Amino acid sequence: MTIRIGIDVGSTTTKAVAVDDSGRVLARSIEPGDPRIAQQAQRMLEALLERVGGGGEASIVATGYGRKLVAMAGKKRTEISCHALGAFHVMNRPGVLIDVGGQDTKVIRLNSDGSVADFVMNDKCAAGTGRFLEVILARLGVSWDELADRYASADPPVQISSTCTVFAESEVISMLANGQPVDSVVKGLHIALSDRIVSMAGRLLMGVETVLLSGGVASNSAMVAALSSKVGKPVAVVPEPQFVGALGAALLG
Amino acid sequence: MLRRLQYEGAARVVAPALATGLRAQRRLRSWRRPKKEPSEWFGPPLRATYRLKEVLTRHYLSGRYADGAVPVAWVTSGFPIELLRPFGYHVVYPENHAAMCGVQRKGVKLAQVAEVWGLSQDTCGYARCDIGSFLSGNTPAGRLPKPDILLACTNICQTVVHWYRTLAAILKVPVFVVDTPFLSGDPDERTETYVAEQLEECMQLCARIAGKKVDRKALGRVAQRSKEASELWGECLALSQAEPAPWTGFEQFLHLGPIVAMRGLPECNAYYRELRDELRERVKHGIGAIRHERFRLLWDNLPIWYELRSLSTLLAEVGFTIVTTTYSYGWAETAPLFDPRDPIVSAARVYARVFINRSLDFRLEMMKKLVNTYSCDGAILHSNHSCKPYSVGQIDLADRLAKEASIRTLLLDGDHIDMRVHSKEQAEGRLAAFMESFGGL
Ligand code: SF4
Repeated sequence: MTIRIGIDVGSTTTKAVAVDDSGRVLARSIEPGDPRIAQQAQRMLEALLERVGGGGEASIVATGYGRKLVAMAGKKRTEISCHALGAFHVMNRPGVLIDVGGQDTKVIRLNSDGSVADFVMNDKCAAGTGRFLEVILARLGVSWDELADRYASADPPVQISSTCTVFAESEVISMLANGQPVDSVVKGLHIALSDRIVSMAGRLLMGVETVLLSGGVASNSAMVAALSSKVGKPVAVVPEPQFVGALGAALLG
Repeated sequence: MLRRLQYEGAARVVAPALATGLRAQRRLRSWRRPKKEPSEWFGPPLRATYRLKEVLTRHYLSGRYADGAVPVAWVTSGFPIELLRPFGYHVVYPENHAAMCGVQRKGVKLAQVAEVWGLSQDTCGYARCDIGSFLSGNTPAGRLPKPDILLACTNICQTVVHWYRTLAAILKVPVFVVDTPFLSGDPDERTETYVAEQLEECMQLCARIAGKKVDRKALGRVAQRSKEASELWGECLALSQAEPAPWTGFEQFLHLGPIVAMRGLPECNAYYRELRDELRERVKHGIGAIRHERFRLLWDNLPIWYELRSLSTLLAEVGFTIVTTTYSYGWAETAPLFDPRDPIVSAARVYARVFINRSLDFRLEMMKKLVNTYSCDGAILHSNHSCKPYSVGQIDLADRLAKEASIRTLLLDGDHIDMRVHSKEQAEGRLAAFMESFGGL
């Protein structure tokens, strides 16, 4: 059996996935990103190899921002190719994949064979990324687990007009100061983020049947709900959404 | 008189001596040092690049002594420079100068001087860089001669109107703006007459400043040379239809210098003849600009000057090469319209039709033509933060080009000068993903 490992060195977390010849997942690991990328990647890969056995032999492919620093990887590929492949492998249908990561958001349109037809990414700033939510939730003192309930509450959403993370933060503070309920702000935030993502995706969403969601933010059901209502159809979360890139990388090995 | 001697001396004696010195140094070095391993990704460098350095050194060196010796004009790249040649003007192209600062990664420092002085960070990088250079007295050219007149033509953008008026206020010299109305379709006779009348007036003014008489015969000869230069440039570009392409679009950006700044001078034509012959030779022997050409791309918009090297390498490593660019093609496109028998009206015709003065439909058709002629597999459209006229509409252009020419297109965010608005990591990641999407890696 050949073992293939993919490692996705992202901006907030590092993920690794090992698969066998048929693409079946053997093991996964995830850690918060360490600034000493090279060492962390090496340690995680060695630990994963030990877990899955395989006599230490494996083909390793790296993706993500830190991919160039993964010395053990024989190949390095961008997140776009890896996410496309990973999502297609799990969902097995063409469509559009939205991946909301820590510092970037990607929208990828998949061909019927899983290859990339087109893609867009957020430019220069963190608006529309997981970081946007993270910063403002920290300000509100709201934890990730509370989001679903708060989003479902009856309070009407506030409108957050700024898409800039820094400005939105001050906008939110003044809303709270004006007595807006936290639930309304949480709702407004998710709507603002979905707006931003959908306007970025723009034409890529036109005429597609399936919209998939991956990345760390996909584990937040409030986000799934907000995005689905913005897109106008249910958005399907790729199982193990944080590992899609690493899985795709492993499949490329 | 003394100034004139210095000016002529710099051009005719010092610059050639410097060039000979540099050449000798190069030879000596290559003789002493073990031969460099050929690059893994790139073909042998163009010999003409050394000539280019000589030609430009001469131009800038003589420029240091130009004011006081000959009349001096600062002009925009799209200005009908032919009008000035018979009067012996030394011509400075602030855009070329800014590009030089960009290549040397000095653009941001100079732009910051202009920003502190009061220009917005969104103003064209070339304008900020040049105004900053003037205000600080800092230039990689040593010194730029003070102009007697500033000449701007709106065929490239409206920014130049404000830029040149600002310069006029700082330098306290006259400015003449030639207005070329935006062409949503083909230009009509009225537009041509309107532009031609301004050119006539401008020529008379330049004659007065130079203290010379208008010489229409000489003007005809200059127009003939410009026509030839544009044709030669077109021939150089067309050689990239060969597979592998003998030079890259990024090299074309560097070799644009003479066609922009020295149009109408015999040295310009001599230079492109030499370049063309070398490129022909490369095509004949199947020598490519990159070693393993797999995919061929079109580039739209100005270059990202300070990243030319890293982008070229990124592309070449996986077998991609830029074979054509809208910007370099723009200088060849209008060659047939030059008419030495009617230099003023034909100049109006040529310069009003500069492609960024034309509709998006026109630009799309031009890009489609380039994609077909140069057998491109894809296109990169550089969305240039501080050059709005070139960048507005590119999202549609990228979409339509992808559909209508059946190729892959990528919008790449950047700036021609300002490194601060270019996220290198993101841009390179995007480019890498784009290239992976062609498959076969
Ligand atoms: S705005 Fe664009 S076209 Fe105008 S001068 Fe600057 S770079 Fe050239």
